[in-house]
This record gives sequence, structure tokens and C-alpha cells, in this order.
Amino acid sequence: MMRTLLVRGMLAGLLAGVLAFLWAHLVGEPPVRAAIAVEEAAAAKTAVTGAAEEAPAITRSTQETWGLGVGVVLFSVAIGGFLALVFAMVYGRVGVLRARGTVLAICAIGFVAIVLAPLTKYPANPPAVGSGDTIDERTGFFFVLVMIALAAAVAAVRLGRQLAPRIGAGNALAAAVLLFVVLIGVAHVALPAQNEVRAGFPPQVLWDFRLANLGTQAILWSALAFGFGLAAEAAVEGRPLLARRGAGERATVPSR
Amino acid sequence: MSTPAAVEPRTAPTTVPVPVVSLRGLLPYWIFAGIVLMLAIYFVGAEEGATSVFAGSNVHELVHDARHLLGFPCH
Ligand SMILES: [Zn+2]
Repeated sequence: MMRTLLVRGMLAGLLAGVLAFLWAHLVGEPPVRAAIAVEEAAAAKTAVTGAAEEAPAITRSTQETWGLGVGVVLFSVAIGGFLALVFAMVYGRVGVLRARGTVLAICAIGFVAIVLAPLTKYPANPPAVGSGDTIDERTGFFFVLVMIALAAAVAAVRLGRQLAPRIGAGNALAAAVLLFVVLIGVAHVALPAQNEVRAGFPPQVLWDFRLANLGTQAILWSALAFGFGLAAEAAVEGRPLLARRGAGERATVPSR
Repeated sequence: MSTPAAVEPRTAPTTVPVPVVSLRGLLPYWIFAGIVLMLAIYFVGAEEGATSVFAGSNVHELVHDARHLLGFPCH
């Protein structure tokens, strides 16, 4: 069963990754190009004559297409795999939600903890904005914030579960959300600020890029919730992936 | 007169969901798949940026735009 879930999670990740790639390519690449143009214009002004840049091994057109696709899809497949692992761990244990509801809840919490909570402190930047000198600490603080957000999400779910029988599901959900927001707020205040955007960088390019980042992740997580929701439901009911609901009555082959 | 019993439920049963994988059975998957999946995220998100496994910058250059558009810190 776990093997089936894992394969289906990664398959759902593959499909979600392709959709997210299409968005990232069509909507995300224009601001990336604009940012690189800004960088090159600034570099041309200060460049010493004769200090020509060496040709990169991977061209921009490869980065915008195959490179972007490989990166987004690989990330999405990995998230799909983790989704399957978390699903198998919590389904039937943490809540009373059925398969699709469980998948939706995991994806919603995952999107908030892995995407929204970090980006509201350390928003995505297009190329040319950051300084290469600070990449170590920026990467470190970013992943620390993701870990804090995941821990806060677990704490919030635990609190919600404890409170639900006493104050009702709705109030327990509100209390859990409140705990999460407070914990993330404390983390945001405690972690150091990283303002990499230099004066004069076109704000519209920055805005377009950040919206493209949010859209890429939103498509990835929602497509994953939809695809794996159906696939996990089928797995739990012992149906093959492409069989319709009810087909399991005829073919009662137990799942792996 | 008895009502017809044992009608096959047409809709999904309304019982509380039960776990489909034992925690003990889940553990090796979490360890092995977890490591491989973390590596995939690492290569997309951080390789040859803050830390580096391979020499050079080809991995970084290939997934560079994905790294930016997924929201990882880059340059
Ligand atoms: Zn970069």
C-alpha cells in the first residue's frame, strides 16, 4: 500500500509540476528577463573594458525551458512523495477526514507552512537582486523559517485536536490558526531582516516576479491536492488508478 | 416481515477512516524515500549556492530559474 501511495504521490507531483512549469515559464520568465536586463545594464556601466564575461556552460534559453522544467518538476515530484508519506501517517489517525479531505488539509497546511509563512518574511527575489556574499545566511534563515513553520503547523494541529471535543471543531480550528499565526509572527520578528533589493530596481518587475512565484507555488500545491486526492482515495478503496468508482466491486484484487 | 437485509452499500461507507499503513511499515519508507526526496529538494533549492556537493556550478545553472521562481534564496 505504501509503495502504491508513494508512486501515486510522485505521479501527481509530476503532473502538478508540469502545470506549475507552464505558469512559471509563461508568467515568471518575463520578469526574470527584465531583472537580468537591469543587471546587465548596471554591469555594463561599471565594467572595465576588456573584462568580457566567459560564456556560461548553460545558456539562458536552456535555463528558461529545460532547466526551469527540470527544477520545478523535480521539486514537485519530491513534494508529492512527502505528501504521500504524510498522508499514510495521518490518514485514519489524526482526524476523521476521508482520503480526499485529508489530502486537501495536508496540502493547505503545507502550502501555508512551506510557502506563505517563509515568503511573508523572505519574499522571492528575481535574479540580479541579491548579493552573492549573503547567500549562505539567506539560505540558512530561509530553511530555518520553513522548519519553524512546519513545527508550528504540527503544534497547531495538536492543539486543534485537543480542543475540538471541548469547544467544537470550528472554535478549535480558529484556536489552531491563531496559535500558528502567533508562532509565525514571533519567528518573523526574531529572525533577522534580509533586504536585498537595491535602490532603483524597478518595483513593477519585482511585483510581477513575486506574483509569478506565488502563482507557481499555488498551482503546484492545488494541482497536487486535486491529483493526489483522487489517487489516494482510489488507493484507500483498493481501486486501480484509472478505474472509475465502483469498479472495485468487479475487480477485487487487493492492492499491494 | 423483515426489511431486506444485507443490501450492498452503493455509496462509500460512512465509517471513520482507518489507517492504511502501520507505523512500523511506514518507518523504512520515511527513512529511505525521505532521504531521496530531501536530496531532490536540496538540489533544486540549494546545491552550489550556500553549499556544494558537486564541483562547479552546472546543477545550479540548470535549475537556476526554478530556484528563483519557486522562491528559494539565490542571487
Ligand atoms: Zn540566481
